[in-house]
Amino acid sequence: MIGALSGPHIDWAALSPIVALLGGATIVLLAGLLRARVTREVVVPMLALLAFGVAFGLGVWQWDVDKTIIAGALKIDDLSIAMTWIFCVAGIGTVLLSWRSFAPREAAHGEYYALLLTATAGMLVLVGSQNTVTLFLGYELLSIPLYVLCATEMRRAASLESGLKYLIVGSVGSATLLYGLALLYGATGSTDFEGIARALGSGDLLHDPLLLTGIALSLVGIAFKASVAPFHQWTPDVYEGAPTPVTAFMAVATKAAAIAIALRFFNTALIDARADWAPAMAALAAVTIIVGNVGALGQTSIKRLLAWSSVAQAGYMLGGVVVSSQLGTRATVFYLTVYLAMNLAAFAVVVARERETGLGDDIAALDGIGGSRPWLAWPMTLAMLGLAGIPATAGFIGKVYLIEALADGGYTWLGVMIVVGSMISLAYYLRIIAAMWMRPAREPQPALAGAALDFRPDEPVGPRRPGGEVLATAAIFGAAVLFLGIYPRPLFALAEHVGRALGLH
Amino acid sequence: MTIHLSLLLWLPTIAGLIGALLGRRQAGGVALVGAALALAYAIVAVTRFKSGGGLQFVTDEPWISALGTRWKLGADGLNLFLVLLTTVSFTASTAWAARKGGYDRPRVFFFWMGLAHSAVLGALLAQDLLLFTVFFDLMLVPFLFLTGMFGGEDRVRAVVRLFIYTLVGSLLMLAAAIAFAVLAAGDQPISFVFSDLAARGPIANGSQNWIFLCFAAAFLIKMPAFPFQGWMPDGYLNMPLPVLAVFSGVLSKVAAYGFLKICLPFFPHASAHFQTLVLLIALASILYGSAMAFTTTNTRLVLGYSSVAQLGFIVLGIFSLRPEGAQGALLQAVNHGLVVVPAFFIVGLLAARAGSDDLRDMGAGALRAPVLAALFLVVALATLAMPGSSNFAGEFLILLGVFRAKIVIAIVAFAGVAMASVYMLRMFIRAVHNPAGAGMESLELSAGDGLILVPLVLTIVALALYPQVALVRSERAVGAAVAAVGTGPVQSATAARLAESGGAP
Repeated sequence: MIGALSGPHIDWAALSPIVALLGGATIVLLAGLLRARVTREVVVPMLALLAFGVAFGLGVWQWDVDKTIIAGALKIDDLSIAMTWIFCVAGIGTVLLSWRSFAPREAAHGEYYALLLTATAGMLVLVGSQNTVTLFLGYELLSIPLYVLCATEMRRAASLESGLKYLIVGSVGSATLLYGLALLYGATGSTDFEGIARALGSGDLLHDPLLLTGIALSLVGIAFKASVAPFHQWTPDVYEGAPTPVTAFMAVATKAAAIAIALRFFNTALIDARADWAPAMAALAAVTIIVGNVGALGQTSIKRLLAWSSVAQAGYMLGGVVVSSQLGTRATVFYLTVYLAMNLAAFAVVVARERETGLGDDIAALDGIGGSRPWLAWPMTLAMLGLAGIPATAGFIGKVYLIEALADGGYTWLGVMIVVGSMISLAYYLRIIAAMWMRPAREPQPALAGAALDFRPDEPVGPRRPGGEVLATAAIFGAAVLFLGIYPRPLFALAEHVGRALGLH
Repeated sequence: MTIHLSLLLWLPTIAGLIGALLGRRQAGGVALVGAALALAYAIVAVTRFKSGGGLQFVTDEPWISALGTRWKLGADGLNLFLVLLTTVSFTASTAWAARKGGYDRPRVFFFWMGLAHSAVLGALLAQDLLLFTVFFDLMLVPFLFLTGMFGGEDRVRAVVRLFIYTLVGSLLMLAAAIAFAVLAAGDQPISFVFSDLAARGPIANGSQNWIFLCFAAAFLIKMPAFPFQGWMPDGYLNMPLPVLAVFSGVLSKVAAYGFLKICLPFFPHASAHFQTLVLLIALASILYGSAMAFTTTNTRLVLGYSSVAQLGFIVLGIFSLRPEGAQGALLQAVNHGLVVVPAFFIVGLLAARAGSDDLRDMGAGALRAPVLAALFLVVALATLAMPGSSNFAGEFLILLGVFRAKIVIAIVAFAGVAMASVYMLRMFIRAVHNPAGAGMESLELSAGDGLILVPLVLTIVALALYPQVALVRSERAVGAAVAAVGTGPVQSATAARLAESGGAP
């Protein structure tokens, strides 16, 4: 009987990016147990970088394949691979920002970076899933490490609060998603995306309450992860409390994963029920754009502000999912890439100023850096102009692409909402620009008493140098925002390739 | 020698960058050289331009093929003289700024000045709707920094207001532009190139209407026209003088140009449909601007409100929807730019002597400065459209057009002509003739200032003597733009009409 239990055929080549990340996580975890300080503080992050780099490279190797692997559980196509690259770049950026931060030191280096790698592997499973079971597995594999990562600055109450809040709200999201997927199984009799699509294709199910509830609940579950209003309330608190590199990772990679799975799930499995979910999703996108942008207006903490702005940006990107077209997929992937560059540049500057000023993430920390720290001010300026959608930045082209997809798909009104959202957003992006360039610089201040985060009392707390890797991250991603705004052709070529992956028109 | 418009376009930015890299002392000089080279190049282009030859010096390269937009530049009768005006104004302003100095970060200042120059040229030369939108929005970014970093006391508030007001309009225009291109494309691949859009013919009347309104809002805000002038007073009071001169002299003209280049040819039905509405807005601008210019005592605001009124005349001419009115409007756009730049410089010189911008603190400016007073007189007389000046020819043609289109509006608009002489003479008399204010010190024009001012004033005189230089070259293009609306026959006897107007020698 043993012979009958043989597992499914596994295509290791196609699976290799996920294997690389999980293998990297194991090695990093073990290396973190070594005693020497240099191992923990230098070798461990280097290994994490290496794992991300290898996964990225394996993605390049697997580019242009289109396979369903492990008995139809995962699909490796251009969308999965493009997302692998986005996650790996986000991961590399996060490692660089974490390098000399408090968070990995407090959580123990090995664990911190291993969790980061595991969460990324979860994202790959999520965006590649071809089956509702894999979908849920990926969703959880990405969420659980993040709950822990949020709470890694263990001596800071806000960090713990952030982790706890994310855990509770995230679990509600998971439960909702699971319920929705279960109802979908009940309605269609299949957990397979193809099976669901086939059941829907027959057309008798489209008004089945079980199916409609299932679709609605799974939409809500994904909306929680993408922080789409009205399921976004956790976002500002969690983003503010989490260690800044982790916030950057969540803002960029988690959001990308949630949007990408929305693309895949709704535009393949549920494509025939489009008439049911597309109007609802469009309404959610519109609400998200308004709520996110209005919410950002009064913020004084940059991290909170960026959290609200990320809510609004999720609304923009959802537009590309709503239209269910190749153009929409392309526009979404394009925007996700651009969004990655803009946010990583911004968060790198926040990290640098947190270290330099002791003012934390208050907007005041940016006062006058246009004169005193131009290498930080320029990337931040480009990131803000890009997020606001000003020409000559990649953000502008991304928005044009999205609006074009919406107009082409018959959702011009949602395109106008994007524009209205951009108008509101100017008010807060401009405040950051005004702080940097139009206010006098502050005297460097000693750290506030409450900011004593270090758990090793022999090390001085307070203003310290941000570190070359943080400055490099800011500069590289800031330059990318400008470069892709002027010469976007390579990214268009990539997006066009990915657009064909889902088999839409 | 072939004219490369891309080179003309980027010269100022390249010079600004080189200057910024060379150092604080060189920044101004290098930027001035760049602006002057652009001016020289523009003069060469004008001499090479063949009247009635359609679009010339075309540059047509693929830019973002996925979006259907091309890097297409060209000069025609509509933009040729506005390009020349732009290079003249920027060269004068850059020279003024380089001479006066006193900016604490000159490298940043002159870089933004160069980029502003390039962006305005780009908006004027663009032969692709998306490219036009890109440059139209990009124009604002340099002014955000130039005002916010180098402006007066209330600069941050002023600049945020200015930026939000004008970008609201621009972003609406962006959405409208994309919707227009998508609608015009139908089943064909999308294209933003003007010639493709023209070939595809007008879109359905209902869509035309809302798209027209979005474009009109953007242009009217940028001018500004009543009731969209809310950003103007704060902005004008706080901008650095050379920046203000180009802002008032050139940016508003791009908006007027937009009406002629985009609204009339592409939205003929809507242009006719909303003719009365736009004419009433223009009329309100004339009356409101004149009344405010007559009552305010701040010299910058007198010129600001007079610009509101002058721009009202320009819109009036365009929306007479008759060739003579539109020709007059184009001529008046060039005239107003040429007049307002030296006017701001002279007012700035007087303000420096009086220690304040306020008319009540001035007086007796002519006491020891006959040359300055004489230059001021020429500028003032040109502004109030003294018969014999080119402004007279412009206003005459505008009113002739309106008279033939809507006689009642023309009769009311005549009042505006009279009011212009009231407020300009009031300013002239109070600034240079009345008893001296407390801190007023009359000083003659220095040679350096004269070197900038005298050529500008000579240009005004030259254009007064030979307005046909501009009229002949623009005649056909203007005729074609207006003919698209189809309310009036294309008339080609402009020169003859000009002789009636008294503008010709």
